[in-house]
Amino acid sequence: MATPHPTHDAAAAAGDNRLKILEATMKRNQYRPDALIEVLHKAQEIYGFLSPDLLVRIARSLHLPPSRVYGVATFYHFFSLAPQGTHTCTICLGTACYVRGAAELMARAEHAAGIAAGHTTPDGHLSLASVRCIGACGIAPAVVIDGNVTGHMTPDDIAAQVTALLSAPELPQS
Amino acid sequence: MELHDLQLIARRERERRRRIRIHCCTSSGCLASQGLEIQKRLEAAVAEAGLEGEVEVVGVGCIGSCGQGPMVEIAPEGTLYEYVRPEDADAIVAAINGGECSVQRGDPLRPFFTRQFPIVRKNAGKIDPERIEEYIAAGGYRSLYRAINEMTPAEVIDEITRSGLRGRGGAGYPTGLKWSTVAKSRGERKYVVCNGDEGDPGAFMDRSVLESDPHLVLEGMCIAAYAIGADQGYIYVRGEYPFAIQRLQKAINQAKKFGLLGSQIFDSTFDFRVDIRVGAGAFVCGEETALLASIEGRRGQPRPRPPYPAESGLWGKPTLINNVETFANIASIIEHGPDWYASIGTETSRGTKVFALTGKIHNTGLIEVPMGITLREIVHQLGGGGHSGSEVKAVQTGGPSGGCIPASLFDTPVDYESLAQVGSIMGSGGMVVMDNSTNMVELAKFYMEFCKDESCGKCVPCRVGTVQIHRLLEKITAGQGSQADIDQLQELCQLLRNTSLCGLGQSAPNPVMSTLKYFTEEYEHLIER
Repeated sequence: MATPHPTHDAAAAAGDNRLKILEATMKRNQYRPDALIEVLHKAQEIYGFLSPDLLVRIARSLHLPPSRVYGVATFYHFFSLAPQGTHTCTICLGTACYVRGAAELMARAEHAAGIAAGHTTPDGHLSLASVRCIGACGIAPAVVIDGNVTGHMTPDDIAAQVTALLSAPELPQS
Repeated sequence: MELHDLQLIARRERERRRRIRIHCCTSSGCLASQGLEIQKRLEAAVAEAGLEGEVEVVGVGCIGSCGQGPMVEIAPEGTLYEYVRPEDADAIVAAINGGECSVQRGDPLRPFFTRQFPIVRKNAGKIDPERIEEYIAAGGYRSLYRAINEMTPAEVIDEITRSGLRGRGGAGYPTGLKWSTVAKSRGERKYVVCNGDEGDPGAFMDRSVLESDPHLVLEGMCIAAYAIGADQGYIYVRGEYPFAIQRLQKAINQAKKFGLLGSQIFDSTFDFRVDIRVGAGAFVCGEETALLASIEGRRGQPRPRPPYPAESGLWGKPTLINNVETFANIASIIEHGPDWYASIGTETSRGTKVFALTGKIHNTGLIEVPMGITLREIVHQLGGGGHSGSEVKAVQTGGPSGGCIPASLFDTPVDYESLAQVGSIMGSGGMVVMDNSTNMVELAKFYMEFCKDESCGKCVPCRVGTVQIHRLLEKITAGQGSQADIDQLQELCQLLRNTSLCGLGQSAPNPVMSTLKYFTEEYEHLIER
């Protein structure tokens, strides 16, 4: 497990707005242990990743052992225990995309970004990831860049997109 | 809410409608190609042409031919436009009054459309999925009314049993039998769960159904809940489908507001609530016991059956689990009767099946066809043959749990038994077409890598076996394999099939075994080098 970014934990400790949102989500679920996955979804949505501190906090609130929370957070691919890059480029490696050359897209993207899939550039600017089918098989091969799905990708397209992302400005904080 | 209220809503909706409707596909595929922008530009173009009294622009669900998207259809005349760009909006609107329009037209009479038999997709591409009024105007929620007010739960189950409907999630268990088992199970509380964890890569039927017609699924669930005596339902949807979740939530809210979900539905004593549970990216959660564990907020790991969820499911209570597509068939069966449904398809596999036709095929997209249609008809007539004229080599059905069927067996009819006979499965409906550019050993390796990653790790055969098989395939594709490796591959596959805990492990060898059987020469070619 990668060491979380220290500034994120500091922000959590300072009791910013995000904590209130998380608290509200747990309250809405009546702090029921079975709402764990819903709560983790929300936590990841507002914090970007799940830090150990955050997991412990959730465990306490839902009256669950931390091991159980950690076990669930590491079981599901969706949850990330390390901070993600400012920009994300996710390449679909579902069968339909694979048959239409997604493996080559991934190779070109890894080459352009200089990192392997599942990693973030050292400056924290770009995360490269793969996903098992986003259900956009009709427009295969598909790529998700900063949450936007684009279809019919070519290796040259993806190389250009990744290069552009590497020099793209920071996303405005929402 | 009463029957005449439904009829009133439907009448008002029909009166509100403009003479001409421009249907704009706003399902995920087309949305990714500026579908919303196209809709906006069309609306502006209609306003500019002063046609608002006559023409309306409607965002609809999946029209079907996703490969030619974004799609725009002019209803009721039926003109189809393909590969639409936002800047085409003015020309499309002008063409309604006979103007020039150079946008590529699709042929609504091509086999891709005419050979289909829409039941699950009857409203897809025709109604706005975000407005319950359109669903009601299309006859929606009448079946629920009929079930609650004119039928006993036992009669509902009897109709579903007689229809011959089988589970559309892949295994094909008779739906009526499952319903009656849950109905008979004792428990102070029962649950209805809709499995929308469509993890099979290359399949997007359920996503499309949820995005195109969410109320159809809700109505099916509601009828099921009435039949088995449940008051709470869950729809488990993949986290990868944010748009489907959003539409479904909207649909649930609207149904609640109209008194079609919640307490005292149609002023009866029947209550039913539905909550969405969002998956978090684990393929194994498509397995029913793993899915239930996930709804309970735990790691999605399967458990041995029996007891089956029908007896002991969510929180130990009797639970009915059906797939999205299964529920989407229910309203039509109640509406048209079981005999009508049973008249479609084959002796053992009744009704229709939705398939996602993808890969190296000319017409990618969603199709709904009667059971018993041959693979050849699907690939060559509906699918239009290989992508850019290439020769189709094989079709893969059932995803990582299914097998590859070679072109020589394309006369196989599509039904549960026939597909099993040729070493594949019906699966949830993914159909990936391959041509000569696809290496089948690489494909088998691709699937095994998937199963290796997705194995939950609970039982040893699956956790260790998938890794070992993957390694052997890596060795073979690297040109370092021998005949002994292939023999060991066979042996491991049998072991995995016979001893794994759940369907994931039991069926993981299928892609390897089917390619070994039908494409032996590709393996041999690699070990000879």
